[in-house]
Amino acid sequence: MPMPETVSIPPSPPVDQVGIHERAARFASRSIKKEAKVQALKLTLSMIDLTTLTGADSPGKVKQLCTKAKHLADPDLPGCDDLPHVAAVCVYPTMVPVAKKELDGTGIHLAAVATGFPTGQYPLPVRLEDTRRAVEAGADEIDMVISRGRFLAGDLNYVFDEIAQTKEACGEAHLKVILETGELSTYDNVRRASDLAMHAGADFIKTSTGTVSPAATPEVTLVMLQAIADFHRATGKVIGMKPAGGIKTSKQAIHYLVMLRETLGQQWLHPDRFRFGASSLANDVLMQIVKQASGNYQSGDYFSLD
Amino acid sequence: MKPDTDTIVDTSTDTHASPRLAVAKTYKLYLGGKFPRTESGRYYKLFSGGGDSGEVLANVCLGSRKDFRNAVVAARAAQPGWASASAFLKSQILYRVAEMLEGRASQFAAELVSMGLEPEAARAEVTTAIDRLVHFAGWADKYQQVFSAVNPVASSHFNFTILEPTGVVAVIAPEASPLAGLVSALVPVIVGGNTAVVIASHARPLSAITLAEVLHTSDVPGGVVNLITGDKAELLPHVGTHMDVNAVVYADDDRDQLAALREAAADNLKRVVQRGGVDWLGDDANDPYTILATQEVKTTWHPIGV
Repeated sequence: MPMPETVSIPPSPPVDQVGIHERAARFASRSIKKEAKVQALKLTLSMIDLTTLTGADSPGKVKQLCTKAKHLADPDLPGCDDLPHVAAVCVYPTMVPVAKKELDGTGIHLAAVATGFPTGQYPLPVRLEDTRRAVEAGADEIDMVISRGRFLAGDLNYVFDEIAQTKEACGEAHLKVILETGELSTYDNVRRASDLAMHAGADFIKTSTGTVSPAATPEVTLVMLQAIADFHRATGKVIGMKPAGGIKTSKQAIHYLVMLRETLGQQWLHPDRFRFGASSLANDVLMQIVKQASGNYQSGDYFSLD
Repeated sequence: MKPDTDTIVDTSTDTHASPRLAVAKTYKLYLGGKFPRTESGRYYKLFSGGGDSGEVLANVCLGSRKDFRNAVVAARAAQPGWASASAFLKSQILYRVAEMLEGRASQFAAELVSMGLEPEAARAEVTTAIDRLVHFAGWADKYQQVFSAVNPVASSHFNFTILEPTGVVAVIAPEASPLAGLVSALVPVIVGGNTAVVIASHARPLSAITLAEVLHTSDVPGGVVNLITGDKAELLPHVGTHMDVNAVVYADDDRDQLAALREAAADNLKRVVQRGGVDWLGDDANDPYTILATQEVKTTWHPIGV
């Protein structure tokens, strides 16, 4: 009986957990003020994947979200006259046609979660069909989930193959691979899953679905950024990073940008290479931008509901 | 249980065994149910008897605008939960505060005397504060029925008017009456479902911080009352311009300060309630209309007979 072919990607280096925690904590102590802060805030806005992923999503809700993506704030507000638009709107596959209509010609990408999001506990053909339909309906970015159960059971071949096949099903669309790090237990697993995803053809690697706690943490993001750096050094290929879930404040977002800059360098400070998966972050960033321009602390009462 | 001469513990003279150092309390801020130091790291010296020199009573936190900002964030987060707590529960909690204050009455009196009050005045401050709490605890389940109304209208509508808390209220405590005045200005605000950020007396701040300990042990949820010590002239402009503070109760007596506060608040239509010139120890401070000052009035037209 032939043995299954094993995935032949280079072994992943072990992760120094204590070192990761210390280094991640240091990024949170940087003080970014004034003009640098405003720049970081605008960069953050341009990197947001504005997301709605609930069972209660309706065409109206998605339209509202798309309107928000296009018009983040009243341009008459202090500091809001030249805001960038967000990077993408992220929705369930059934909502892709609605969002497509709203976003056409705006330059805002349309991301769809697929492959049986958020658990991935469906037969592979169903998950691939899910992907193909989302792309056909107009999504130009696909956020897939890996089979964490298979990964934890040691079936790396299966996970590699499902990512490769999903990439094939994506065609022209960009593929973001969600590792769901909250379910992977250890940083070594996160590192291994990151390497696996990148070798299998991911364009982005992403921390979480947002439905499992903990979602994105600075520590786990740092592990993944280092995996991206090593992969870039070894192969020359550029992979993007997307922390998602639990990033709610401007301060957190700026800490992530500091980490990104100091791990991967200036060329990664771009929406093509880094995204925030978030919904409430945008309003906090807007309030900070208005605060910087007007000098007055702002209230959520005067910004659109998410 | 009151301490008498046999039970008063005074470690500074009780040195018959081995000499013992008294453990001095660090007076800190009270934000979101925690007692942090000021983020600015700044302090001012408070001298015994309220003078400019002599024995140092405490290094008191010189709170900053960021402390105020953090306090507003905590107050905003706590507001919906506190507003939806039942009137009976609010009443019970405020009565509990009175119980806790009664048990520490001697400590409060001693603290007030150390800051320069005459013993008789100090005792009056404490007993008035306790009685005021009991008084307004009783109003918790009554003000709504007393101040609400069913209005006669000429159309077929059931027309009624009810009160709702305005939201986050800043309370500027009086310098003259550091405990009774503070309690009398604060309690009508929170009994009506608002959450509060208190700027304590600058000259006599200690009893305010000890009051925070009492609140903390009385089931007042964290964030419902937040307390900052510091320089009013420095903090008030930020109180006035902060968009997320719905009203200010100004209970001090500085006319220029009040005028400046009104001017800063005019831009954002914030309500400034003047409560200066009140005899804080007298019955005037029991006025239930002070609850009304930080309430919004909502009138509903409900069609009938259609």
